Amino acid sequence: MVSIPALLQRNATRFANRPAYREKEYGIWQSWSWAEAEKEIEALALGLLNLGVNEGDFIAIIGRNRPYFYWSMVAAQSVGAIPVPLYQDAAAPEMAYVMEHCGARFAIVEDQEQVDKLIEVQEDLYQLEHMIYVDPRGLRKYDHHKLHRFIDIQAQGRSAYYEFIEDLKARREKLNYDSVCVMLYTSGTTGKPKGVVLSNRNIIEASKSSSEFDHLTKDEEVLAYLPMAWVGDFIFSIGQAYWCGFCVNCPESPETMQTDLREIGPTYFFAPPRVFETQLTSVMIRMEDASRLKKWLFDHFMAHARRVGPAILDGKQVSGMDRLKYRLGNLFVYGPLKDTLGLGRVRVGYTAGEAIGPEIFDFYRSLGINLKQLYGQTEASVFITLQPDGEVRSDTVGVPAPGVEIRISETGEVFYRSPGTFEYYYKNPDSTASTKDAEGWVATGDAGFFEEGSGHLRIIDRAKDVGKMADGKLFAPKYVENKLKFYPNILEAVVFGNGRDECTAFINIDLTAVGNWAERNNIGYASYQELAGHPQVLETIRGHVEEVNRSLADDPMLSHCQVHRFLVLHKELDADDGEMTRTRKVRRNVISEKFDDLLTALYDGSTEVFTTTEVTYEDGRKGAISATLRIIEAEVAMEIKTKVAAE
Amino acid sequence: MNDMSAETTVTADGRKIGGVVMEMKNITLRFGGVVAIKDISFDIREGEIRAIIGPNGAGKSSMLNVISGFYHPQEGEVWYKGQKRPPMKPYQVAQQGIARTFQNIALFEGMSVLDNVMTGRIRQMKTGLLAQALWKGRAEAEEVENRAAVEKIIDFLEIQHIRKTPVSRLPYGLKKRVELARALAAEPSILLLDEPMAGMNVEEKEDMSRFILDVNDEFGTTIALIEHDMGVVMDLSDRVVVMDYGKKIGDGTPDEVRSNQAVIDAYLGVAHD
Repeated sequence: MVSIPALLQRNATRFANRPAYREKEYGIWQSWSWAEAEKEIEALALGLLNLGVNEGDFIAIIGRNRPYFYWSMVAAQSVGAIPVPLYQDAAAPEMAYVMEHCGARFAIVEDQEQVDKLIEVQEDLYQLEHMIYVDPRGLRKYDHHKLHRFIDIQAQGRSAYYEFIEDLKARREKLNYDSVCVMLYTSGTTGKPKGVVLSNRNIIEASKSSSEFDHLTKDEEVLAYLPMAWVGDFIFSIGQAYWCGFCVNCPESPETMQTDLREIGPTYFFAPPRVFETQLTSVMIRMEDASRLKKWLFDHFMAHARRVGPAILDGKQVSGMDRLKYRLGNLFVYGPLKDTLGLGRVRVGYTAGEAIGPEIFDFYRSLGINLKQLYGQTEASVFITLQPDGEVRSDTVGVPAPGVEIRISETGEVFYRSPGTFEYYYKNPDSTASTKDAEGWVATGDAGFFEEGSGHLRIIDRAKDVGKMADGKLFAPKYVENKLKFYPNILEAVVFGNGRDECTAFINIDLTAVGNWAERNNIGYASYQELAGHPQVLETIRGHVEEVNRSLADDPMLSHCQVHRFLVLHKELDADDGEMTRTRKVRRNVISEKFDDLLTALYDGSTEVFTTTEVTYEDGRKGAISATLRIIEAEVAMEIKTKVAAE
Repeated sequence: MNDMSAETTVTADGRKIGGVVMEMKNITLRFGGVVAIKDISFDIREGEIRAIIGPNGAGKSSMLNVISGFYHPQEGEVWYKGQKRPPMKPYQVAQQGIARTFQNIALFEGMSVLDNVMTGRIRQMKTGLLAQALWKGRAEAEEVENRAAVEKIIDFLEIQHIRKTPVSRLPYGLKKRVELARALAAEPSILLLDEPMAGMNVEEKEDMSRFILDVNDEFGTTIALIEHDMGVVMDLSDRVVVMDYGKKIGDGTPDEVRSNQAVIDAYLGVAHD
């Protein structure tokens, strides 16, 4: 089995009548068996040949998780073309950059919105010849010379079956382990996105060993809701799904994800920490409104779960009494709660991408959900380290994944080498050379170390973000930011201090959590900005910052990273304004340049600062918001010196 | 159908507009001594978006109520599909394929969105109460058909995520959308919208405008709407009737209306150069 299309052929025979795809539409789960999916993909592939797709062409794929786009990727591979999934919420110029960079001749897109975006930038896309859309709504009046409907292309493919089937078979035969499987653009925390070229070997080997690691079978159920442009979705919804033969379920719309999750009850679930945070916040908010008895039950049994739940999950020694009480709790609280969250059947759950708050992580584990962490990146076809069952902790990322070698350089940076290691960055030999050396070792850009005893990897921060303060001590902003972000009230934090003698921070409040608090306390507000500037909110945030300072004081390595002053930003950091990546990682440089006036004010002793900021609305229009922000001093805790000479 | 002119025009954006489907001839409506509508005539053509605008109290809603059969004018005639319409009850008008939404939302607050939209299918249900209660024979198949039609509309208006939510828990903008869904469920040939965008913020207005255009484009539904927001009216409609104190003071394309002096004076305000 040396390619995804080959796996499809295998599954169409081996799992012929088992479900391969489901999508909820018109309120009902529609499903396609592997045999049916194979026919759909074949029809599309023939249609693409009919349209003139050549081997080596790039086909951009832009849409939310729907079976049609998964088929498109495999159909593209079948004809020897390379699928390039893009983030569907990206603004037109961002899309233009990527499509121009790979020179896509074809684009398979979801709807009018995406078609409009591409038309908007079509002058830059002189290589783009044809667009294929799935949802015809609103597109009837468009010029259809270069525009085709998805089902029409399939129909053309079916009617030209005898003309092209031999060609299709021949092209499929030619695919091997070294041929390109997919090209994924990295979100690019710095600079322009880079096209990561992954071969069939990369994807299949990574999928195979990770599936074996967690004993995934054809019976898994997954919900595909994470961006298709992200390597994780490609591995889970195509790589592992094709390797194991399990079914991929697509939600009805992004808004119904929670309901659909509950209806499907996935057995294998992946989510970035943000999803778990949001879920937990909504549970807590709803519990606040619950009746007294329910609230008491919840608090009582959750306390018990926190104490013994993780141990039971890890198969450790727990007394019979505690086990009995845990079972009772499962009956009253944990079971129904897991069911409501849609996580009742989860056998293997993963979180990755960012650090997860220990309280959040423990909450899910104490309910009996086998939530684990993994560490990975696009260049590794996801997997670098994984946590084995029974060895799960919130502060490590696990042991090297099967087939992965890891070494830590003298500067503390993590390097790895694996069968999943990417081929090269498209049209970017310089970056390829600086990331991957001749022996295949890849620099992750993360600083970390192996913990003695357990052999688990711990990641401290992005290597390039780790800096030095004015007095030469280690500055690790991400570490502090994560501690801040673990508070439900704080959505984002950006800590500054490189080359300075004190640390300061920008903070974004979480509108859901703080808004709910405001409602409960009869505090009126009309906008994010108004709530963010409310004196009581600022006071609460100061409390959080000071708590973080106290916990930092305990850590001899990082006690000088305590936050001396902070301000709550008047707008939410947003990918549309370039302040974050599409995967919601903060872009430090952009932020410090853009809010230069605020940063200056944090260090020049001002007590407040007036600022005006340009914002981009979802439709691409620009506007400006201005505000006077207060600068808040936070108490800094004393360093604890006693621990220093402990070893 | 003898009176229906067969001419068909195509708009700049490629939509087909057919002949006259409804005609109001010299309508006068009085409430006691108050004259709400005074000798107004205009027509609505098949497939177009027709707006009725005017200042407060101009008689716009009364006009819509005449079309929907809620008010009966003392003078004048309503012609529908080439035939003069006798005085009718609102449900009879609905049976003729005219559906409407209301200025003040009139949904069943305690019922789910789905159930509310299902009520719009009442005209399509042929089986009796007893058959439906017993879920026998045709009733089951009919329910399935109707549910399928309703789901298409739910999908079209992008309200899947609130399908099972009681209407009372929805924000205003969404309630308006649910009302539109219910009206659409009746598969009307003419859709009357009474201030579909009143009280909405800019984003909600943009959404609603898009849905109105899409309904017109996708189902070919003729739409007559009343609206205050001039920008919206001028962008959306093919032709506009302007009313003031119960009289018609202008009628034509948005451009014609915009340059009509009587309209400018009465409604848009006098221009200062």
